[in-house]
Amino acid sequence: MHNQTVTQLAAALKSGELSSREITAHYLQRIERLDGKLNSFISVTAEQALNGAEAADKARAAGDTHALAGIPLALKDIFCTKGVKTSCGSKMLDNFEAPYDATVVEKLSAAHTVSLGKTNMDEFAMGSSNENSHYGPVKNPWDLTAVPGGSSGGSAAAVAAGLVPAALGTDTGGSIRQPAAFCGITGLKPTYGRVSRFGMIAYASSLDQAGPMARSASDCAHLLNVIAGHDVRDSTCATRGVPDYTEQLNAPLSGLKIGLPKEYFGEGLNADVERAVREAVKVYESLGATVREVSLPHTHYAIPAYYVIAPAEASSNLSRYDGVRFGHRCEDPKDLIDLYTRTRAEGFGEEVKRRILIGTHTLSEGFFDAYYIKAQKVRRLIRQDFLDAFEDVDVLMGPAAPTTAFDLGAKKDPVSMYLQDIYTIAVNLAGIPGMSVPAGFVDGRPVGLQILGTHFAEAQLLNVAHQFQQATDWHLQRPALAEENA
Amino acid sequence: MALEESHVRRAAHLARLAISDDQAGRFVDDLSQILDMVDQLQQVNTDGVAPLAHPLDATQRLRADEVTDTNQRDEYQRCAPAVEDGLYLVPRVVE
Repeated sequence: MHNQTVTQLAAALKSGELSSREITAHYLQRIERLDGKLNSFISVTAEQALNGAEAADKARAAGDTHALAGIPLALKDIFCTKGVKTSCGSKMLDNFEAPYDATVVEKLSAAHTVSLGKTNMDEFAMGSSNENSHYGPVKNPWDLTAVPGGSSGGSAAAVAAGLVPAALGTDTGGSIRQPAAFCGITGLKPTYGRVSRFGMIAYASSLDQAGPMARSASDCAHLLNVIAGHDVRDSTCATRGVPDYTEQLNAPLSGLKIGLPKEYFGEGLNADVERAVREAVKVYESLGATVREVSLPHTHYAIPAYYVIAPAEASSNLSRYDGVRFGHRCEDPKDLIDLYTRTRAEGFGEEVKRRILIGTHTLSEGFFDAYYIKAQKVRRLIRQDFLDAFEDVDVLMGPAAPTTAFDLGAKKDPVSMYLQDIYTIAVNLAGIPGMSVPAGFVDGRPVGLQILGTHFAEAQLLNVAHQFQQATDWHLQRPALAEENA
Repeated sequence: MALEESHVRRAAHLARLAISDDQAGRFVDDLSQILDMVDQLQQVNTDGVAPLAHPLDATQRLRADEVTDTNQRDEYQRCAPAVEDGLYLVPRVVE
């Protein structure tokens, strides 16, 4: 059962072959038995899940036609959930129960999906390895000595290990796509503003975006159907209508124009990863696509621009954690400044502090123009690179990350960790959608093919990914952990 | 632009973050490394380029100034560390 896709499980629920209660109980049992090895969940909500499953079964029996009614899912612990702890991977929020649900959580409940719990993540979504969590690192199901990627590492590992059929993640600089690549699953970061950010704990508000992580492009399409759309509670959420993302999945790819950015195949790219990605591109050629090289000339400046803009926004967003309204509060503060400074020193981890300090410094008097305004100008040039490329080609393809999953503890200094995101980070600066789909293995660790489209081209990306998954079986490969029965 | 310990201390003060002497030294090293990487931005010619704040160039949407939410103070204060009579408690500010 746990090797089926959401699409297959939904069909079994519809036909009455399986009940949500059976499916939910099966996955809960797997989490109970196997998550000790992975640490992919921060909170498991078994009782609510079983109640939700029963409600979904009743709703189906009463004629509910939601495609995903009764499907169990997991939520990255960045989405606020009423009555269930939302920690954001931080000691600061270890005691936090939100008084409301995030919009995406409301939408998933309204569609009668069943949440199994909240997944582990890098603290406040700041990280590329899931080693920055207050709740300890997550292990990669393909190799327990490797990281699962980050920051949505718990969601990626749980899906890959068959502990849940699909999960939600968030992506500010690659946090859906890179862990999807490292764990051999399919992940989609939608266009900025496609999915509401209301109730999603803010890291960098002009970059953050939620999206699905699952075992196939078809599953991602079903999930995006539920979570996409305008929300009056998020003023940056796009007002544009939402298509049925499953409709275009089967469109043929003949005539598709693929661009390979030459900057994504340069120095620093592991040769075996490159080989796997080029093999995947050949599959597309066999499906009737044409391939040409393109250039995104400002690629090299994406990481520098990001590490001004994201920390600047973070330093502002994280000023709300002051020990007064929610979250951690230090013991016996002697005055108000002591309350603030000690609460924040105790509640935040090292990487979060680093980014708050960088952001505060670059926004401060005397540095603002040289760093922040400069980075925003470069951001426009980076976006223009993509817009120019999409004049000539339909989609861009390349690796999701320069290597496969690295070993736990391998990246010791912050900058070497930041460089992991070289192929994903520009996409957030430009606001365009991107996917990672499984495209092979190097020494037993998965490789992700990244597919990028222009603003609001999610239906096309899902079509392009789905056709690849009809022609290959990389996305069907399972780690030994997921092959274990029961 | 070289980073001094005084910059880190000023940022920590502005961000209301207590840091020990030990940590200050470590942050100078880490942040210097990050800013060295960031300084590559200075190589890009951005003459005549406008800053980009929002990837879709959206502007702030406005709505009618009407009350749309109900009073949920008690609900919202349930997760607060210390409240009394609907007020958040902090150490005495004015003697």
